[in-house]
Amino acid sequence: MSEQPMVAVQDLKVRFKRGGQTLAAVNGVNLSVARGEVLALIGESGSGKSVTLRALMRLHAERSTRIEGRIEIAGQNLMALSRRQLQALRGPVAAMIFQEPLLALDPVYTIGQQIIETLRRHRPMPRAAAREAALEALRSVRIPSPEQRLDAYPHEMSGGMRQRAMIALALACQPKLLLADEPTTALDATVQIQILILLRELQQALGLSIIFVTHDIAAAVEVADRIAVMYGGRIVEQAPLAELLNNPQHPYTRVLLGTRPKDGLRKGERLVSIPGAPPDLANLPAGCAFAPRCPQASDLCRSEVPAIEAVLADHSVCCHHWNRLPI
Amino acid sequence: MTQRDIGGPAQPLLRVEKLLKHFPTKGGLGKRRVVRAVDGIDFVVRKGETLGVVGESGCGKSTTARLLMQLIQQDSGELVFDAMAVGGHQLPLREYRRQVQMVFQDSYSSLNPRLTMEQAVAFGPSVHGVSQREALQRARDLLGRVGLEPTRFAGRYAHELSGGQRQRVNIARALAVEPRLVILDEAVSALDKSVEAQVLNLLLDLKASLQLTYVFISHDLHVVRYLSDRIMVMYLGEIVEVGPTQALFSAAQHPYTQALLTSMPSMDPGNRTRVSPLSGDPPSPIDPPPGCRFHTRCPHAEAVCAQAAPQLTTTGDHHYAACLMVQPGAGHSQSPPAGLIYTGASA
Amino acid sequence: MNLSMLRPAAPAIAPVERSPGYWGEVFNRVCRDPIALAVAAVILALLALAVLGPWAVPGDPFTTSMFKRLKPIGTEGFPLGTDELGRDMLSRLMLGTRLSLFMGITPVVFAFFIGGAIGVVAGYFGGWLNSLIMRTVDVFYAFPSVLLAIAFSGALGAGVNNALISLTLVFVPQVARIAESVTTQVRNRDYIEAARASGAGAFTIIRSQVLGNVLGPIFVFTTGLISVSMILASGLSFLGLGVTPPEPEWGLMLNTLRTAIYTQPWVSALPGAMIFITSISFNVLADRLRAAMAVRS
Repeated sequence: MSEQPMVAVQDLKVRFKRGGQTLAAVNGVNLSVARGEVLALIGESGSGKSVTLRALMRLHAERSTRIEGRIEIAGQNLMALSRRQLQALRGPVAAMIFQEPLLALDPVYTIGQQIIETLRRHRPMPRAAAREAALEALRSVRIPSPEQRLDAYPHEMSGGMRQRAMIALALACQPKLLLADEPTTALDATVQIQILILLRELQQALGLSIIFVTHDIAAAVEVADRIAVMYGGRIVEQAPLAELLNNPQHPYTRVLLGTRPKDGLRKGERLVSIPGAPPDLANLPAGCAFAPRCPQASDLCRSEVPAIEAVLADHSVCCHHWNRLPI
Repeated sequence: MTQRDIGGPAQPLLRVEKLLKHFPTKGGLGKRRVVRAVDGIDFVVRKGETLGVVGESGCGKSTTARLLMQLIQQDSGELVFDAMAVGGHQLPLREYRRQVQMVFQDSYSSLNPRLTMEQAVAFGPSVHGVSQREALQRARDLLGRVGLEPTRFAGRYAHELSGGQRQRVNIARALAVEPRLVILDEAVSALDKSVEAQVLNLLLDLKASLQLTYVFISHDLHVVRYLSDRIMVMYLGEIVEVGPTQALFSAAQHPYTQALLTSMPSMDPGNRTRVSPLSGDPPSPIDPPPGCRFHTRCPHAEAVCAQAAPQLTTTGDHHYAACLMVQPGAGHSQSPPAGLIYTGASA
Repeated sequence: MNLSMLRPAAPAIAPVERSPGYWGEVFNRVCRDPIALAVAAVILALLALAVLGPWAVPGDPFTTSMFKRLKPIGTEGFPLGTDELGRDMLSRLMLGTRLSLFMGITPVVFAFFIGGAIGVVAGYFGGWLNSLIMRTVDVFYAFPSVLLAIAFSGALGAGVNNALISLTLVFVPQVARIAESVTTQVRNRDYIEAARASGAGAFTIIRSQVLGNVLGPIFVFTTGLISVSMILASGLSFLGLGVTPPEPEWGLMLNTLRTAIYTQPWVSALPGAMIFITSISFNVLADRLRAAMAVRS
């Protein structure tokens, strides 16, 4: 296997035009995902995590979106691909799963029909073979009695089952990269853990690279090798999982971790909280996007965007004062 | 305002008796089926406590909230508020709704887009006969109290506020009629984590300073644990376990509660959950399984579980569970022998 | 448990920052829309004409003359020609504005209140009351408007009042339908639940929480109905079921001039042109209002 990363993104910027306003959704994101690695992108609403993920598939409406920067997936320059080449990439190279499977699955076709259709679109094969492959796909996501589920419509399945079916559909063409957009957010706790475990097992069995977008750091801990924390359209901190949990440097990361302490929230203790709300993307502050809420912010933070600095070789942070913060 | 505590501190603030609500399923020909949303539950809310209610989709927790608020009418069962029957001549519905208020999950949908924030908050008091001027003044004081500078926010509309700010307004609106009990139905679930912490702190401050009682409904065990004195676990329209937070987290009695607890992600990369405690989704509350409703997913289920419906049985101080394994003489191989009853402290 | 300590000692209510609010924003948007402003100007001019008509007319709209019949446009003393009885067209068209607008707008105004009330009540209360009201409304809704208007007018007899009643009856179900559907949407929002939880009664909730959210869409829809009403009213007059001669009304004028279509086509078309301009103005206004109200960030 070559050293070439599965995903390499350099200085990605995404702007939306909406009602006369320009939303700066992503403002210079650098990231790379190695083959077989799971990167979790975590952040709150408007942090740019989902927009980044969708940009990796060029899913945004081209008319109202401006994307700048360089995106490489499996060595291909995504921005240079034609529509046709893009179609060939979606499926066999990179596939995506969503928070709401009902939006991703077509309500008028059975699960089996959808998987078979996807398989045959990318690789001509006899219908019977495709059906056998579809069955195998359902088995691989551990759907009980897959023979019956093959002929079931999405609305006939429960939430967790639909999520499994969507994963089966995404993995049917044996992609090397899976882009997961909050796949467990809408699920009940006892179902969420099942899907997280399934994703982890599939990832290990198939050697998948996964970018897992979530607002829930606890879910990220269950699956990720590395975590990138996003805020205001930038990655503010990026590190291997254990390093990030044990040695967070960015004040925002510390706040996020404070909401989910390892031994659980204790009754009677006061929660660490910061004032304010996530930034308005139509009106981002001049300097660090977190500065208005940051207890350590200085004039420098309010005027200049901090550079990405290395804490360790694989731990980077985007803060003017990271090495002067109180621990 | 007069002293409103009637029965003294030992008297439960709200007593819920045999509360039952079934919804007919819509459409379709053939046999009409019912959703057993809330299927005969009994519990109490004590004065000054926070009662956490947890459970998965379809367990009936939101229907319970709406029944407690009397937004929907129960099929049978009774609510007794501070020893007065709700809807009776002592406590007519209108008066009850001054005592009990609710905060909804969707902060946007629960604010009228055509009203300013002060008008939204002032609505409740003006319904109860407070003059418009005084109601607006009270609204501004409350906005300040929930951390929204009145001069900046009183004249604003919902779409100009962030999610956290809107939820603060919703809290102010609930408090405007000076309730004693506030039902929080997934009130922080839609908020970002960094904002959720602010609102949780606010809820704690308000509870202390206004001597409120909370019923806190959430699917997030972390948050429920942080806020609640006691926790009630629901499954398919029934209560499966209720007990003090500490006891419930350290010694859960019902297999479903145990599964919920082990389903919580660990936050420890060296100790990830390897085996899921349960398989499959919660069944539909339409035609729930007979006997113990959890037996279809329970790792300890035996034949008897499909026949006998367990009763809430005391298992410790103020701790109850509805499982044949803790119910004396219930016929499960792990049931304690008949006649053996927990005799620690009386409930 | 006492919030009275929150109550102020200070009697004065301090000033606060005010947002323009929804209606303020709609107004600002309309003011920035040149098309909306243009049609609004046309409508205002027509309304002014309707009010001032009797005093503004240059000639006598009722004096007939067998010698001055069907003069063409631009005739000395008759800038827009004369009709089949030799009356001044300009004066008749100007005076006709009053009756034509009255016939067009009045039924819609009535329908706005009656249909709106019916629809809001049906939408808010739902259940069997909704079914009862809406099924009744559906019966009327099933017929084409023109047919219904003619049927009512025919049954009631000719005359302005009966025409107004029949047109109102035509529009009430249409307004009720829209009102019911927007109210049903609003009723299911959490803020209505919250208002009920405050202990407010149905009437209070409708007045202070529902109306503000439904009046806009209902108003826009009814504004659009004015053009239909104009045309239907003219049609009734045309058929002899509305305004009776010699009162000038555009529909009636169109009818009586129809025989002259070959001798004086331009003069004969003038009442039709007025109907067209007026109804299109109301239609465009409704459309721009709808756009101004729907835009939301």
